[in-house]
Order: sequence, then C-alpha cells, then structure tokens
Amino acid sequence: MSKNSELITKPLRQANPITVLILGICSSLAVTAKLKPAIVMALSVTVVTALSNLVISLMRKGIPSKIRIIVQLIVVATLVILVDQFLKAFVYDVSKSLSVFVGLIITNCIVMGRLEAFAMAQKPWPSFLDGIGNGLGYGMILVIVAFFRELFGSGTLFGFRVIPEGLYNFGYMNNGLMILPPMALIIIGIIIWCQKPAEEKK
Amino acid sequence: MKDSYIFRYIIILVIIVSVLLSGAALLLQPYQQDNINNEKKMMILKAAGVQDVNSEYFDNYCEKMIVIDPQGNITDETMSDYTRCKAFKINLKDELYNKANGKEFQLPIFIIDNGNEKVNVVPLQGAGLWGPIWGYLGLSSDFRTVIGAVFDHKSETPGLGAEITTEKFQKQFSGKVIFQNGQFVSINVQKGGIAVLPEDVQRHSVDAISGGTITSHGVNDMIKNVLESYLPYINK
Repeated sequence: MSKNSELITKPLRQANPITVLILGICSSLAVTAKLKPAIVMALSVTVVTALSNLVISLMRKGIPSKIRIIVQLIVVATLVILVDQFLKAFVYDVSKSLSVFVGLIITNCIVMGRLEAFAMAQKPWPSFLDGIGNGLGYGMILVIVAFFRELFGSGTLFGFRVIPEGLYNFGYMNNGLMILPPMALIIIGIIIWCQKPAEEKK
Repeated sequence: MKDSYIFRYIIILVIIVSVLLSGAALLLQPYQQDNINNEKKMMILKAAGVQDVNSEYFDNYCEKMIVIDPQGNITDETMSDYTRCKAFKINLKDELYNKANGKEFQLPIFIIDNGNEKVNVVPLQGAGLWGPIWGYLGLSSDFRTVIGAVFDHKSETPGLGAEITTEKFQKQFSGKVIFQNGQFVSINVQKGGIAVLPEDVQRHSVDAISGGTITSHGVNDMIKNVLESYLPYINK
C-alpha cells in the first residue's frame, strides 16, 4: 500500500481520532441524536481539517514558531466561520439543529492536533490527505452512533419511519435514553470495546 | 526570528482573513436572510391553520399586516410587500423588553386568510428551561378562539422540553378559548393533564409535557404575557 493512501485509511481504524485517540468526544455526543445533522457535522469537520491542514502546510516555512498556535487558530477559526456561513445560507434547517456545534469545531482537538502533529512538518498534499482521513475517521464513528441512536431513540432513519407501526401495538417503545447524550458515550464505549480485540489480533 | 517579522506576519494574516470573512458574510447575507424570512412565514401560515404550508405562496394567504401601540391603536398597516414592511420586521423580544422597562412599544398582527376564515396571528416570545422559546398563535377574527399554535426553541432538552415543537403538543391548542365570561383567562398549560379538570376549565387548558415541566410553564407564561399586551386592541 502506498504511503499516501495509508494517510486516509489509517485514521479510519488503527488511529481513529475518536475510538483510539479519544479526541472530539464532546461534539460526537451532542450532534448524534439524528443521522442528518451527524452527516453534515462529519462533512464540516472533514472540510475544516483537510483545508486547515493544507493551508498550514503551505504556510509552515513562514510561520514564526513563537506564535504558531495563534496562526493555526486564526486559520481554523476562519474556515469554521466560512463553513458556518455556508450552512446558514444553503442548509438552514440543518445549521439550526447543529446550532453552536459548528462554531465549536474550532475547539475540536482533532483539528488542532493534526495541525501540530502533521501539517507543521509535512508537504501540502500528504497534509491534505491526512486531514481528509481524520475527518472521515471522525465522521464514520459519528454516523455509526447516530444510526443506532436515531433507530432506537426515534424509530426513524433520516426522519423516515423504519420500525413498523405494528411493533408499537405489541408494546414496543422508543428508548428515551437513546436521545440523551449519555447513551452516545455508552455506544462509543461499545464501539471501542469491539474494535480493540480486533486490532490486537493483527 | 526577529520580532518585527512576527508583527508583520500576523498583521498581514489578519488583514487577509478579515477581508475574506467580510466578503463571505456580504455575499451570503441575502441567502441567510431569505431562510430566516421563509421560516417565519411558514410558522405564521401554520399557526393560521393553512393546509400544505409553503412559504412561496405566503402573499396569497396574507391579507394584511398591522402594527399596534400599547393603547391598542393601529399605527401602521400594509397590504403588500410583506417581507419589507414594518410589522414583519418587528423583533418581539426588543418590544417586550421595552414594555418591561416601561417604555413605548409596538406589536405586530398578521392577518391571514386560510380559506375558511380570517385569522389574526400574533407572535410569541418567552423563556424555556435553557434558553428562549418562541412561536406564533393564530386567533379567530374575534380573538376569542385559538385556530392554531406553533412553537420553537433554542435549546430545550430533546425528548422532554423540546417536545413543544411536536404536532401532538401544538394540535391541542386548536379550538381553545382564551376568554371566559368576558374575562381574559389565557391558555393554561396544565401539569398532570386536563382530563381531571372541570369542563369549563378544560376549554382553556392543554396538557403539559411530562418531564418538561419548566418548559411547559414557559409556554404558559409566554402566551399569557404576550396576549395581555394585545388586550387593549382586542377589547376595542
């Protein structure tokens, strides 16, 4: 496998930002009650990590090391505000359900973490791919969590009813706990629990 | 690395970024405002009991928009170009703030023809558990009966307080009366359900949301507080 493709595949499993590095947990608890906002959040984070990695990597030789964190923050904040403005203009209902969490991508440890650990020392193209990989690794977990939470919490997927009405007549009920953040933490815990032995076997 | 380089670097970076951001904000602003206006139109139409709500046809349903002062006199009246008129632009939150501080304030009424009758839609604004809640209440032409209600919120608890946005909760308001024997009684959001209440109280009560007590109180107070401000006009 070539080195570049590894940059994308590695963060999906062995170096997954959520399940292995345990970064970006807070937002994954907050936006995963429904699938649609989770997917938009995943895409937003992917765009921000990829582009900020790219920009920082292009600037890396000129950035004065004394103020590098400030420069990184400015770049990330700019991109996040742009993403937020675009969401507000073109997918208003989703931007409403994500509310403050788009703005909080700025504080998402994954973004700053990748800038410090990767983009400051690597060429633009690998940095860009690394950003995509980490964004997707984050997004993948978000979508898995949101799938289970929406299915068992509301009985729907993407807002469409999946669990048949008939089942409710037999006494089936939506699990209210699924909608609340603690359940997201439990699901992430289960994912880590399933993933760990599989990784160790390799 | 010299300090002067650091200063130059950061100043240039900040200038580039600010130009970029203000440019994006200017370009996207009209789209964002459209979204906000469309949402407001949808909520008004829904509160007026219009079937198959679509904000594009708002102008066909809207009869006129008026603005009233605290004494209940009409100060502004428009029958066209609704999105740009004064009534549509009034921010109820600011007006209620003025009212609380004893200043002059103005209130909008949107008059919508839903096919069967002319509905007076009034905006609502109040406080939930975690943040603001707001909505629209459609009242019959004599302001006695509720035609429909819609609510929205900033950050109520999903599954509990946030249930005020559901059809199930909002549907209860249709047909309720806000006057009893000529006295203003508002609508009572009753914890524990309305089934045990006497018949005449049930006519102006709805079931609260179980687990969402504080948000339910918020809805109760919001409707009472806002409708009271409209009383001088209603009683005229």
